[in-house]
Amino acid sequence: MDNNYTFTRKTQISLFVIGGLGILLLLLGYLLEAPNSQRFWTNFLINNLFFLFIALFGGVFQALHKIAYSGWHTALQRIPEALASFLPIAAILMFLLYFGMHDIYHWSHEGLYDPILEGKAAYLNVPFFFIRMAVYFAIWIWLTRLLRKNSLQQDLSTDIKYYKKGKLLAALFMVFFAVSSSTMSWDWLMSIDAHWYSTLYGWFVFIGLFVSGIATIILFISFLKWKGYLEFINKEHIHDMGKYLFAFSIFWMYLWFSQYLLIWYSHIPEETAYFAPRLNDHTVLFFTILVLNFVLPFLGLMTRNSKRNLKWLSLMAVVVLIGQWLNLYLLVIPGTIGKSATIGFTEIGFVCLYLGGFLFVVFSSLAKAPLLSKNDPLLEESFHYET
Amino acid sequence: MKRYISAYFEDEENLLRATKELRAKDVSIQDVLTPFPVHGLDTALGYKRSNLPTVAFICGAIGLAIAFGFQTWAFTVDYPLFIGGKPHFSIPSFIPITFELTVLFAAFGMAIAFFIRSKLGPGANNIIHDERSTNDRFVIIVDLDEAGNQDAIVKSILEKEEALNIQVKEIES
Repeated sequence: MDNNYTFTRKTQISLFVIGGLGILLLLLGYLLEAPNSQRFWTNFLINNLFFLFIALFGGVFQALHKIAYSGWHTALQRIPEALASFLPIAAILMFLLYFGMHDIYHWSHEGLYDPILEGKAAYLNVPFFFIRMAVYFAIWIWLTRLLRKNSLQQDLSTDIKYYKKGKLLAALFMVFFAVSSSTMSWDWLMSIDAHWYSTLYGWFVFIGLFVSGIATIILFISFLKWKGYLEFINKEHIHDMGKYLFAFSIFWMYLWFSQYLLIWYSHIPEETAYFAPRLNDHTVLFFTILVLNFVLPFLGLMTRNSKRNLKWLSLMAVVVLIGQWLNLYLLVIPGTIGKSATIGFTEIGFVCLYLGGFLFVVFSSLAKAPLLSKNDPLLEESFHYET
Repeated sequence: MKRYISAYFEDEENLLRATKELRAKDVSIQDVLTPFPVHGLDTALGYKRSNLPTVAFICGAIGLAIAFGFQTWAFTVDYPLFIGGKPHFSIPSFIPITFELTVLFAAFGMAIAFFIRSKLGPGANNIIHDERSTNDRFVIIVDLDEAGNQDAIVKSILEKEEALNIQVKEIES
């Protein structure tokens, strides 16, 4: 089998169908649900962030394994590289938020006479918000592009310097991401409920990002294997991806609960104000998220065989992805739409539209380079990998 | 009376090859002792996968039930107290202890099951076949049949793979 992925006409058409279906559903939603601008921008933000997080995880996955001198991941390196290629588009979409930020971010209004927000004004103000956004995206895109370029150059040369350079870039990305992953979650998610704050929030969002990224990579492996590619990815690699999904689902729950327990226990009004609308107005959704993100992957991926079975693992990955999307939805809506929020044509349409676009970008990027990178000194280790 | 032959290797590649050859000749290998995990040794020895994960799950489930059950009983039946205005039966406050005891039971259960299964622990009579097994050498211990039919084959394979300190022992079992 050829080592290059060909983005076939058939796949392209099915992606257009997904995107088209999204537009159709949006039109249907426009006619039947008549969403106001707030609902529109809220959905816009949720999907922006959901797909941005997956793209960002492409960078995190590479950086993490490069720093840790991991050998096993080198055979599937092209998938995270392709995921990160969505970042520039995510950046453009995020900047469009300028036109809708008043619908989402309460603090962005002028003349609020709110002493709490006045105290936060040095950080939470519109110009600085976009300056930070520009800095995050500039550095993320710059470093992930360099990583990609470096890995493509490595294909052509056996020089060890590309390996070392990759390691340096990975370290730089990791350092910057460590800070920016927290600040971005404050900026884009936590500031929706501008009066409330939690020191654990950045971690919580980061683990959500990690889990959805892992699930996406599993689905890509599954798809490519189904199409007959990636014969060098064996059960051991899949087992490791399964372990990641299993472990980080547990860790997600751990952080979720750590945040919840402290707020529940201390029972301070300005803190419980965050959970009260989530628990009281969206009770079903609140517990559904816990089941999808923790109970099902925890019980479903406990045994060794379940982690090594790609079909079952893909099913769990889909479950977790849905769970993570709903989680993001519940992080955003109580602060914007509030009680009346429902999941209707508009929401599903947005997801379909974004999904079609995202997959189109990633598959195009995947088709540009061979699926197996060459000349990485740790590549041989990846083939003989055993857990 | 059981008869063993023991020897040590300086290199794990020799050990792996010798193990495979001995298994091919239907010699039963009692144990292999290595200073670090050797890749492929488990398959070369033909070990089945351990059932330890099942033990861990059962013990963890017991721990979970005990922790949750005890807290429920203590806080609602035996000694109900109002703490922080919370209801007597408040699940979130039970979870940290339930979690910890689940982990504790699973860990202890696994350790104890491992000791029982491999006949280790206080008072166990362990025979050290080769002193170098406590150091940095790869030691192999082979069961011999009482008739002594296999002695020559085993010795020749071990010698071919540059094993050192080959010794035959008779130990009361």
